[in-house]
Amino acid sequence: MRPFTYSRATDPSSAIKMLAQNPTAKFLAGGTNLLDLMKEDVERPGALIDISELGLTDIKPLTTGTNQGGISLGGLSKNTETANHPLVRQNYPLLTQAILAGASGQLRNMATNGGNLLQRTRCPYFYEVAMPCNKREPGTGCGAREGINRMHAIFGWSEQCVAVYPSDMAVALAALDAVVKVRNASGQERSIPLGDFHRLPGDKPEQDTNLPHGELITAIELPKNRFADKSYYLKVRDRASYAFALVSVAAALEMDGASNRIKAVRIAMGGVAHKPWRALKAEQLLVGKEATEANFKLAATAEMAEAKPLAHNAFKVELGNRSIVLALQMAMNGGKA
Amino acid sequence: MMKEGMMDENESSELTEDEKRLFADLMPEDLSEILDTGVNRRHFLKLMTLAGGGILAAQSAVAEQLMTRPFNEAAPADYALESIENGVNVSFKVNGTARKLTVDSRMTLLDTLRERLDLTGSKKGCDHGQCGACTVIINGHRVLSCLTLAASCEGKTVQTIEGLAQGNSLHPVQEAFLKHDGFQCGFCTPGQICSAVAMLDEAKKGHLSYVSETVRQPAGPAKLSNEEIRERMSGNICRCGAYPNIVAAIQEVHSGKPVEQVFRSV
Repeated sequence: MRPFTYSRATDPSSAIKMLAQNPTAKFLAGGTNLLDLMKEDVERPGALIDISELGLTDIKPLTTGTNQGGISLGGLSKNTETANHPLVRQNYPLLTQAILAGASGQLRNMATNGGNLLQRTRCPYFYEVAMPCNKREPGTGCGAREGINRMHAIFGWSEQCVAVYPSDMAVALAALDAVVKVRNASGQERSIPLGDFHRLPGDKPEQDTNLPHGELITAIELPKNRFADKSYYLKVRDRASYAFALVSVAAALEMDGASNRIKAVRIAMGGVAHKPWRALKAEQLLVGKEATEANFKLAATAEMAEAKPLAHNAFKVELGNRSIVLALQMAMNGGKA
Repeated sequence: MMKEGMMDENESSELTEDEKRLFADLMPEDLSEILDTGVNRRHFLKLMTLAGGGILAAQSAVAEQLMTRPFNEAAPADYALESIENGVNVSFKVNGTARKLTVDSRMTLLDTLRERLDLTGSKKGCDHGQCGACTVIINGHRVLSCLTLAASCEGKTVQTIEGLAQGNSLHPVQEAFLKHDGFQCGFCTPGQICSAVAMLDEAKKGHLSYVSETVRQPAGPAKLSNEEIRERMSGNICRCGAYPNIVAAIQEVHSGKPVEQVFRSV
């Protein structure tokens, strides 16, 4: 690991100022991804600003503002605390399931909500400094484009980058219309809808998100959840546990009264793109329709028809298709297939 | 703390005549360094390699004697702050004992425990947060010490495998691992046990896992099926494949009832 200076920040505003003053500085929260990348020489910060003791750990109901009736999750609250919080379990079970689908007990005890959003791709070409990677070193090329790309994107990739974004939590947040609250060095707060927080690679794959250097994620807000009765997070992976997704689906439905007609639906996918992938086409096809297997299949097929698989991951198209159908069925049946 | 490096230096310069002859015969290129600064880890390993090749047969008694002695190594305990790049002062509690150290900002908690505090129970497996062998308990939560900077442990309470037993009585999870043979080579065991101890506390607090069926019901102590134990322990890898025994050991502590090993379960 390369040398760096370490300092402990004691409050958010001084932490943000310390970061903004130093272009080589990075925040250290849980450190589960950052330290790993520093050991691999992928991340090379000149300074780490430890923000783990700043506070920003509250999980509380929102009583005012645009998301009134919703919930605020502290940017530095641990993944474990968030997933197991009574308000989250009761009102956002999809988020609980998605967080618990990711990583291991030890890692979830360390990882923070803000850090989870900022974790970087696990593309092996990004991790291996001997390989070309436009994300790690812009202009060097993409090792995965013509390389081993079984785990890579089928939606929204570019010739510069075919990596996928690894978070499970963010896939549920995308389905739940989350908003990321950030603060800059002048103390100004702003809100970034989760759908706009992460980027597609385009010709700037080195930029994972639209969060500029010098801003801190203070909280994640969720609006009141009308999907709590019918939601499910399905994760398909090579091992039964503790592995990144091949494909994951966050499915959430709101029914029209007591009928079997779908009033509103959210479908977001993980493991398929450079950001959480909202299956908007499938959603549009399902609104107002009966919640039947045939309709689920029609919607899933229409969504996956847009996929552009690479040399080794064509299987993800059929897997995604079936996963959407199964996740919708499980959401309808209270988590049972 | 005592300056162990200095002590070793004095000791190891006192090689017997037989030992000096041994090094002169086998490692002539290192002799002057050995006489100057004593036997270090590299010399020791070289000697081991030669011994492994059978070359030492004639001088085996001398070599054997030599190998039982402490060898010279950089001082593990107290470094001057100015001799450490980007030194950070950190005070924390390890297994009930207050520790105060100056560490390189890059030093992980795992390396600090092993190299500075001589607590070598926590193991370095992958060093990338993938195997769980380095699991320790910080402020009651199981975490990976290989992905934790020592500098970030200011004011925290760390518990390692060395701190689980009360005097001569083992922790119930340690007892159960012995009873159920929850290991073969043993390398992952300290991490498995620390992880299991904290995981059972999580279950008592009603924490969920991905395989829990009742997400929305209020938290109460969770009754863990074997499937639940496997899911919750998935961050600890065992290359020997002692998983059925590990699950049985943990289930026995969790349920408080004797448990049979189950080699296949669904």
